[in-house]
Amino acid sequence: MMGDYEAVIGLEIHAELKTRSKMFCSCDASFGGEPNTKTCPVCLGLPGVLPVLNRRAVELAVRLALALNCRIAERCIFHRKNYFYPDMPKNYQISQYDLPLGIGGYLELETDDGPFRVGITRVHMEEDTGKTVHASESGRIHGAEYSLEDFNRAGVPLLEIVTEPDIRTPEQARLFMQELKSIMEHLEVSDCKMEEGSLRCDANVSLRPRGSSELGVKTEVKNMNSFRALYRALEYEIGRQREILEGGGRLVQETRHWDADANVTTPLRTKEYAYDYRYFPEPDLVPLELGRDFVEKVRSTLSELPAERRRRFREDYRLPAHDAALLSSSKAMGDYFESAVAAGAPPKAVSNWMMGEISAYLNARGLEIGDLRVTPERLAELIDLVEKGTVSVTMAKAVLEDMLESGRPPREVVEEKGMAQISDRAEIERLVDEVLEDNPKVVEDYRKGKEKALGFLVGQVMRRTRGRANPQLVNEILAERLGEGG
Amino acid sequence: MITDKDVEYVAWLARLELTPEEKKRFTRQLGQVLEHAEKIKSLDTAEVEPTSHVVPLSNVMREDVVEPGLTQEEALSNAPRREGGYFAVPRIV
Repeated sequence: MMGDYEAVIGLEIHAELKTRSKMFCSCDASFGGEPNTKTCPVCLGLPGVLPVLNRRAVELAVRLALALNCRIAERCIFHRKNYFYPDMPKNYQISQYDLPLGIGGYLELETDDGPFRVGITRVHMEEDTGKTVHASESGRIHGAEYSLEDFNRAGVPLLEIVTEPDIRTPEQARLFMQELKSIMEHLEVSDCKMEEGSLRCDANVSLRPRGSSELGVKTEVKNMNSFRALYRALEYEIGRQREILEGGGRLVQETRHWDADANVTTPLRTKEYAYDYRYFPEPDLVPLELGRDFVEKVRSTLSELPAERRRRFREDYRLPAHDAALLSSSKAMGDYFESAVAAGAPPKAVSNWMMGEISAYLNARGLEIGDLRVTPERLAELIDLVEKGTVSVTMAKAVLEDMLESGRPPREVVEEKGMAQISDRAEIERLVDEVLEDNPKVVEDYRKGKEKALGFLVGQVMRRTRGRANPQLVNEILAERLGEGG
Repeated sequence: MITDKDVEYVAWLARLELTPEEKKRFTRQLGQVLEHAEKIKSLDTAEVEPTSHVVPLSNVMREDVVEPGLTQEEALSNAPRREGGYFAVPRIV
C-alpha cells in the first residue's frame, strides 16, 4: 500500500490531570468559568511567590506511569523551560527535562494482526498554559492589535507522554490514542475531553525505505483535536511526504499545523532560530525522591485496566471479542454494561441493545453514555419484559425509543401505549378465527398450496392487534386451524 | 572564544536590546565567566552527583485542596491593558 516506503510515527500526548487544585498553587483547576477568575500570585507569575507541588497530581502521574509499565525515577526534578509567549506570564513553564518521573514503559495494543507494542519513552509532569483568544476570534472589532489572555488554565497539572517511534500507520496511532484515553479514564487520571483540550496529541512523522533502520527527515504535526483528525492528518502527511520523496525532492524538518477544514497540513511560520528553551533546574521546587513505599501505595490503588476488563468480559460474560472491545472502550460504557447485568439482564442481550439501538441513538445526537436518560437498571427491566414475552422485540425497540427521550420506566411506557404483547391463547384464537372468516379466498389459496398466503394471514392478525400479538402463538394457531380444515 | 554573535543571540533569547558598547563589554565579561568555568571543568567530577538544589530537602508537597485566589478585578489590577475580563497583550499572530 505504501510502495517502497514505510511511515515512522511517534506521538507526544498532553493530558490534564484530574485534580481539584492547580499543580503548584491552590487555585481551582476545574474547566470553564469567567476569564481570570481562577488565578493567584503564583500562577500569574507575580514576583516573590513560591510554587508548592500538588501531592495528588504526583500520585495520578505515578498511577499512569505504572499503568504504562514505566520505571518510576528514584529521583526526579523540575526544570524551567524558558520561552516568551503571553500564555505563560512567568516567561517559563515548569516542566521536567532530563530527569522525568517515568521512563521506559510500553503499551500493548490488540490489533487484528495480533498484539502490537508501542514503547513509552517517558512520562513527565508539567503545568498547562493559559488560553489565548485572538482578537479576530473574539468577535470584537476593537483590539485587533491585541491578543486576549485568560489564565484560568495556567498552572493546571499536565502530564506529557512521549512514545517511541514504533507506530507505522494512522490506524495504529488511532488505536494507541483510544487505548491510552481508555486507560486514563479507567484510572481516573484525566477527563480526556479532547474538545475541552484536556487531552491533546502531536505526532512526529517521517518516511523511510521499507526495511531500512535509519530515520528520515521528520515533521511535527500539531492541532489534531480528535481521533478522526489524528487519523486524517497522519494519512495526509504520509501521502505528502511520499509524494515529495518519490518526486526526488527533499523534506524539510518543520512543524506543521493540521487544518481540519481544508484537510491539509500547512507549515507553521518558522523562526530563524531553532527553539532554545535554555532549560535549567527549577530552584523553587525541591527534588522528588518518591521511594518504594509511595510507589507501592499508588500501585495498590490501580484499578482494572481496559485490557483486563476486555478479557473479563470475554471470559466471565462469554461475550464475543468484538462486543468486549466495544463495551470496554470507555469506562462509562463498561460500567453501564456491568450495572445492567448486575440488575439481572443476560449479558449478551445487554450488549446487543447497547451496541445497537443505544449506540445509534448516542451517535446520532453526539451524546455520550453518561448523558443517557435510561439507567442501566431500566434497560435491564426492558430486557426482562422481552425475555418474559410481555413485549416483542419490535415493540421493545419502540418502548426504548420513548424511554431514551422521556427517561420513563419501561412498564409505564408499555402500559400507556398499550404495547403489551398479547400472549393470551383464547384471544389470539378468536382473532385468528375472525381473520380466517373474513378472508375465505386467501384460505382457499393456501389450501391449494400457495404458501405465501400464510404470511398474509399472519399479517392480518398483527394488523388487528397493532403488532401486539405474540407472533409465535399466531403462527402456531394458524397452522392448527388451517390444518384442521385440510 | 565567545564572540559578539553569541552575545547577540543570548540577548535576543532574553529579549534584550544592547547598545554596541554593551555588546562589547558583555562579550568580554561573559568570556571571563566562561574562562572560569573552563577552569572548573578541568576537575575530575566523575564521582560527584550533579547539584541541582543546595538545600537538603526533597518531597515537599501540599494536599490537593482549593483555596480562594484573586478576584478577576484583583488579577487584572496591574494589567496595562484589559478587555472584558481578559489581559490584553500585544498581538502575537
